[in-house]
Formats: sequence, C-alpha cells, structure tokens
Amino acid sequence: MPDETIMDGLFGLDGATWDMILAVITALIKAFVIVNGLLLAFAYMTLTERKVLGRMQARFGPNRVGPFGLLQPIADGIKLAFKEDVTPRQANFWVHMVAPMMALIPALIIFAVIPLGPEMRILGQPWTWYVAKINVGYLYATAIASVGVYGLVLAGWASNSKYALLGGLRASAQVISYELAQGLAAMTALVLAGSLNLYEIVNQQVSSGLPYALYLPFGLIAFVIYVVAGVAESNRAPFDMAEAEGELGAGFHTEYSGFKWSMFFMAEYVNMINISALATVLFLGGWWPIPTDAPGIIQGLGPIVFLIKIGAFMFMFIWLRATFPRLRFDRLMSLGWKVLLPIALVNLLLTSAVVALWPLGVWPFAQ
Amino acid sequence: MVVPRYERRETVAFVEVKSPPPPANALSGAVADVTALARGLGVTLGYMFQKPVTIQYPEERPRISARHRGRHELERHDNGLEKCVGCELCALACPSKAIFVEGAENPPDAPVSIGERYAKTYIVNMIRCIFCGFCVEACPTEALQLKKVFELADYTRESMIYSKETLLAPAPKREATDSWMPG
Ligand code: SF4
Ligand code: SF4
Repeated sequence: MPDETIMDGLFGLDGATWDMILAVITALIKAFVIVNGLLLAFAYMTLTERKVLGRMQARFGPNRVGPFGLLQPIADGIKLAFKEDVTPRQANFWVHMVAPMMALIPALIIFAVIPLGPEMRILGQPWTWYVAKINVGYLYATAIASVGVYGLVLAGWASNSKYALLGGLRASAQVISYELAQGLAAMTALVLAGSLNLYEIVNQQVSSGLPYALYLPFGLIAFVIYVVAGVAESNRAPFDMAEAEGELGAGFHTEYSGFKWSMFFMAEYVNMINISALATVLFLGGWWPIPTDAPGIIQGLGPIVFLIKIGAFMFMFIWLRATFPRLRFDRLMSLGWKVLLPIALVNLLLTSAVVALWPLGVWPFAQ
Repeated sequence: MVVPRYERRETVAFVEVKSPPPPANALSGAVADVTALARGLGVTLGYMFQKPVTIQYPEERPRISARHRGRHELERHDNGLEKCVGCELCALACPSKAIFVEGAENPPDAPVSIGERYAKTYIVNMIRCIFCGFCVEACPTEALQLKKVFELADYTRESMIYSKETLLAPAPKREATDSWMPG
C-alpha cells in the first residue's frame, strides 16, 4: 500500500480509505489479468493438446496457420465467433443460453484463491500472488467447482435432445461421485496442514521442506486418488462419459454451436487448469522448493515453479487422453465408489490417527 | 530406369491370443493392472519422440508406385506417329463406359497412326473413370497408358472430359518420317 503521508487527506479521504480503494483496484486488475490469462492459456492449451496428441499418433498436428501453427487458436476463435448460434426449436431458450455461462464462470473464479507465489515486496511495496486469501480457501474452490456441474446438467436438460440429456445425467452422476473421493483425498492434505487456507497449506509444506505428496505412504496415496478423481471431475478422457462421442453424439453439448459451444470447451480446459493448480497447492507444495522468505529475486521464481507444475499436470491430462480408451459407465462408477472412495477414507483415517498420535510435529515416515 | 520393387504386404493371419492367467490375489491383480497402464503410457510417450509419418503434401511429394494408375496418356512412336489405331477395344473394355472412340481411315498421304485406321475422336470422361486399368490391358498396341499424375481436380464438369489433344503425349521434337513402320 502506498505511503500514507502522501495519500492521507487526498480528496478529503483518510489513509485507511485510500488503502481500501487501492486494494479494490489491485484486486480488480489481478482478476482481469487472471481471467484473461486463463483464457489465453485455454487457447494455447488446445493447440498444445492437438500438437502433443498428433506427435503421440506419429503425425504433426496443426502446423499451417502461422509458424509451427502458433496462430491456430486465433483462427479457431474467429471461426467459432462467426458460426451460427443454433437453439433447438423445442429447447428452453433461457436455460439453454445460461447453461454455458454457468459452466464457464465458476471455472474462471476459482483461480482467485490460488496462491501462485509467496507474499513478497516489490520496490518496497507488499505484493501478493493471489486475489483473495480466505481462511476457507479450499472450501471456496470446491463449492464453486460444484456449481459448475449445473452448467452441464442444465445444458443437457434444456437442449431437448436425448443425447444431451443422457450426457448431462452422466455428468452429474460422475462429478458427484468423484467429488467424494477427491474431497477425502484433499482432506488428507488439509489434516496434515491443519488449515483450509491454501496459502497456509503451501507455506506449511515449504517450511517443512517436503510436499505432502512425499509424506509416504499416505500423502502419495491421497495424491494419486486426487489426480485420478480430478481427471474424472474435469470430464476428461478416459473418464469423458459426459461427452462420449462414440455413444452420445457429443453428450451434453450436442445441441450447442458457435460461441456457446466454445464456452463449454473453455470451461473444460479452465477446470483442468484449476484442478492442476489445486493439486499443486495441496500435494506438490506450490512454489516448493523456493523458500517463502527467500530474498526478493528468488521469491519471484515461486510463480514460475508453480506454473511449471501446472504445466506438468496439463501434459499428464493430454498424455492420458492419448493413451487410454474410455471406461464403461458402470466401471467408472464402481471405480469411484468401490475403489477410490474406500481407499481415500481409510487413508484419511490413518493420516488423522498419525497426526493426532504423533505429537512431535514431524511426519514419521517422511525421512 | 530402375523400377522399384513393389512392397510386399504381410498377410494378416489370425493369431491365437493367450490371455494372461488370472491373478493370484487382488494385490497382484492391481499391480498387473497398473503395470499395464504404465506400459500403455510408455508406448504413447515413445511415439511422441519418433518422427511423424505424415507427408507434408504440397511441399513434400508422395512416393508414387511405379505401377500407379493415374491420368491416361495416348502414347506415340519414336517417329511421332500415334500408337492408337482406333480399334475401340478400350472403350469396350471399360466397365464404367468412360471412353468414347471414333475411328477413321488413316489418310495415306498424311498418316496419323501406323495402322490402317486412327482415332478421329478420343474422349475420356474422367468423372466416370474408376482407374481400373482395363482399357490399358485391352489396348492391342500399348497406345493407352495410365500415368503417375494424380492431381486431377478441377472446377467444372466440362473440364473433366478430356479430349484427344489433352490425352496425347507431346509430339517428339524431330520431324515424323515418311515410313509408316516404327523406326
Ligand atoms: S481405367 Fe477403367 S474406368 Fe477408366 S477409362 Fe480405363 S477402363 Fe474405363
Ligand atoms: S487406345 Fe488402344 S484399344 Fe483404345 S482405340 Fe486406341 S488402339 Fe484401340
């Protein structure tokens, strides 16, 4: 915040009011940068995905628009913007229109609580790499993520198409069942940190020098469950039952075209980024191994480390899609309910027991 | 010219696939499953570092087999006379009735072909042609050939009907001799 002696009394407002105004402006700018950054990341994620998928299938992927196909996302965007926006005649117009926004907006606002880097000072001014630091940060993220499912369900319902309806139903069933396993896996990290504040969680891992994924064996098990459930949460292959183009046309977005369709597309990719970011925060220690209280320049590496970890997750998403065929729906459900959920539950119980019974503050299996 | 040997295709045979024995217990089953998943991931990752097999078509030309059946061409003898004698056997052999030949007496003072007759009109409808090569097989004088040219797309139907002028091989540079017989 600026020097109070300069701002104090300006326009008849005292220093505290100025601090608030500036905080709001900073938050707005950060939000603007994050939303646009996410959408840019989405655009180039589609290109990366097509390129990597291509190489994994011994072909090139898009390489015609611009050098190495780098302008392909722009060409795609223009194409989508000019496509006809079709609403089926018997569809519920308003719900049909709102559903894509219901999917996209929650995906975009989750990132507000992700701490990309340690709190630091730039030119003597305090600077934070998040928009909001709320002490129930993880709850906020999961709550908002659950709202996103409504987008899928409503899209399926409003389209008045059997494929879309089936896709929407599958989406809701799948996301709700995998949320449980995912939540329990995340709880393991929360128990280890003793906090719901995402910044605190990262800080604990960095100061203990070990990300929770390396708290063997429980941390690792929770991490794997979290990632598997995360793939299912984001409706990605091999768990893309909601789209399942082989069986359902295009699933919940069968009846969407043009920009509404691309909003679903954006939501899917931004959700992937969110899940990667949350997994990084909960299990990979955020900006670990950069110490939180390092000198300024090194602290500045924190966000870079964080983004590299997100990138690794994104590559994993593509890699899984290139490798595995889609699961059958009943197998998907039984994997979620009969395998991941019990393991996550037992894992959480054992972790809690160890944390409660080991008063030394040192994880016994870590070293 | 060295004619490249045609690549032999492996015959597809039905191989008996032995399914792995059922796992002894749940744990070893899970281990086997995870190993299988990891092997799959290894395969895709391996492919990622291989050279793509795609041919970058307009810049990079595809390798065309020596016996490719592409665009028709009516050949000439070395002395410039046409090999086609207007016998219409190609038109008869064509399963899709793509060829129309109208033969005529070969004028002795200004011969067109080496035979008694020549093709006055010779039309191939490239929209109908299925490039089966029967016309080439039928031709008694080896006048008709299917060449390697494969870029045949055009904008109108009319332009797809190739006349004799289009199909004829270009005349050799030197003057045609008086002799009717090939040099
Ligand atoms: S290639 Fe076959 S279809 Fe084409 S003109 Fe010859 S005989 Fe007819
Ligand atoms: S191309 Fe051959 S088969 Fe056809 S008319 Fe001429 S000589 Fe006869």
